Amino acid sequence: MAAEGTIGVDPQDILVTTGGQQVIDLMCRTLIDPGDVIIAEALTYPGAVPCFGAYEADVVQIEMDSDGMRVDEMEAALDQLAREGRRPKFIYTIPTFHNPAGVTMSLPRRKRLVEVARERELLVLEDNPYGLLRYEGDPLATLYSLDGGQFVVYLGTFSKIFSAGVRLGWAVAPQPVYQKLNIGKQAADLCSSALSQLFIATYFRSGEWPALLAAFKERYHRRRDVMLDALAEFFGPEATWTHPQGGLFLWATLPDFIDTTDLLARALDERVAFVPGRGAYLDGRGGSSMRLNFSYVADEDIREGVRRIGAIVQEQVALYGTLTGAAPPAPVDERRPGEPEALADVLHLPRRETGDRRAGTSE
Amino acid sequence: MSRVAVLKGGRSLERQVSLRSGGRVEDALERLGHDVVGIDVGGDLVPTLRRAEPDVAFVALHGREGEDGTLQELLELLGIPYTGSGPSACARCWDKVLAKHLMRDAGLPTPDFYAFSEAAFRELGAAEALPAIEDRLEFPIVVKPARGGSSLGIKFASSAAEVPSALVAAFSYDRKVVLERHVAGRDLAVSVVAGEALPVVEAVPNEEQFYDFEARYEIGRTTFVCPAALSADDTARAQELALEVWRLFGCRGVARVDLMRDAASGALTVLEANSVPGMTDTSLLPQAADAAGLGFDALIGRLVELALAEVAA
Repeated sequence: MAAEGTIGVDPQDILVTTGGQQVIDLMCRTLIDPGDVIIAEALTYPGAVPCFGAYEADVVQIEMDSDGMRVDEMEAALDQLAREGRRPKFIYTIPTFHNPAGVTMSLPRRKRLVEVARERELLVLEDNPYGLLRYEGDPLATLYSLDGGQFVVYLGTFSKIFSAGVRLGWAVAPQPVYQKLNIGKQAADLCSSALSQLFIATYFRSGEWPALLAAFKERYHRRRDVMLDALAEFFGPEATWTHPQGGLFLWATLPDFIDTTDLLARALDERVAFVPGRGAYLDGRGGSSMRLNFSYVADEDIREGVRRIGAIVQEQVALYGTLTGAAPPAPVDERRPGEPEALADVLHLPRRETGDRRAGTSE
Repeated sequence: MSRVAVLKGGRSLERQVSLRSGGRVEDALERLGHDVVGIDVGGDLVPTLRRAEPDVAFVALHGREGEDGTLQELLELLGIPYTGSGPSACARCWDKVLAKHLMRDAGLPTPDFYAFSEAAFRELGAAEALPAIEDRLEFPIVVKPARGGSSLGIKFASSAAEVPSALVAAFSYDRKVVLERHVAGRDLAVSVVAGEALPVVEAVPNEEQFYDFEARYEIGRTTFVCPAALSADDTARAQELALEVWRLFGCRGVARVDLMRDAASGALTVLEANSVPGMTDTSLLPQAADAAGLGFDALIGRLVELALAEVAA
């Protein structure tokens, strides 16, 4: 956390957990009764969705744009909930290099979110697995540091800066919340593996981790650029996508007549996979979008995978054109009613801009 | 007792379902005292089978690999007896276009339909014919891949504007699709074991408009009623239809026939037949067998006996 500029954390407030995922579970376990409200982004981390569902939370999803969650819309939603006599148990957000959207919340919005949390005395769960994986732009203050740890619960993990396999994460929480989380933690698994903790502690004390992190960043930055280039080359003018400044994912949106859940069936025939977008929403939206992960696969495979998906998309766009007897409209012009405006705008740099930017910033 | 190879998994979209079917089958076979070899079907299937030297293979492999008849061809070639239908019946069940043509030609009721290949749209200008099809079938129209299982890729188009995207989705699964008249009514299934129809199962979706992939396999999403609350006449008619389809397609061992009962007219129509019915804990065949007084283990034991008897005969 200190590496990201979040200083002054009292070690007493840190709860070591079995991966960051456990923090989400513990927050739900300790705070959520069936029907309680959680505020989350639209879209949100697909791994949080089944957790929220398991505790029967009523998740209110707030639209995002290229500056992250629309905090003004969140305030309107809070007002609406207040009129109904309901109060969210917490606000769940991934402000930095959002999974799966790939966008980052701007500083003014961060400040406003923290203010709102204070004014209304609401807890915020800041999920920050990717913060250290920044490839361009200046780091932004975490919500936790802006808030001073009064209403923000911070979720950290070693999964993305060391290894997901060690299953080690942590929560930093205000004492009353910490105590409840700790009781939940005891019930869940008593404590996280001491062996993993010793392993991590020894490694991080050795002082080698900045070099490892730098190597990760160098690799992921390059792969992100490979993917952005490949998208610009192969995905066609109908598709749009986010330009993440860091993290592992980007979010691509296809014309609305393509359902990415079905498209995946076709893509698997070509031996390439992605995460269909619907899993990031709780209400069935996201059907034309997909999450693409650029961190894991080798450069040439990223390019080839995007080429294959792009070829299928082009094929389906052409088929749709044949079926409707017209050139297919761009997604922005013909959005399904109820499709999020903000999401279609999120973001995406048009192809040419993407190319320009890359040329200016990468190797 | 026999050495039984349970063929499951594979690389299709129904892999997870198949693994669940296969796992339950293996447990049952072990309880019955058989020597069980579970095989996750992959590129090494032939050498694996040769090494395993099973007396019989239990086909719990869903999707194209297990249901289009090619696995059965392979087992014939290797001289291994297997559960369920032979290659030709599998092929007839697997391809909904072929199945529906056969049923229509034989005078068995199946919802009106038109089938098209992707090439028909690309090269023959079939899109021009869509309005005429829409007139004849009336909305909503069901659009589905010709081949595929577990309701994957099935879409309902409630207006002409929704047909193209439904077609694009269906073509993601297969190069051939069916546009079918939608029958609003009750969703029924009749399983047949060795030429005898089991009690009718009705699937009642709890929320969704129709019985989709998730509703089908998630406990609590669909309520199953078995025996279905039908009149004696409807029950007899549904079972007779299932047996007619069974005979028409030349099935053996086991099959499941899916039907609809039209809410308005009360008429029964056949949607399709499945040559490798699911064996998961939410699947219809085990429920039907249970209602017939045939527990899961007994059902599995019976299917193995039938497979072995087929060779002896």
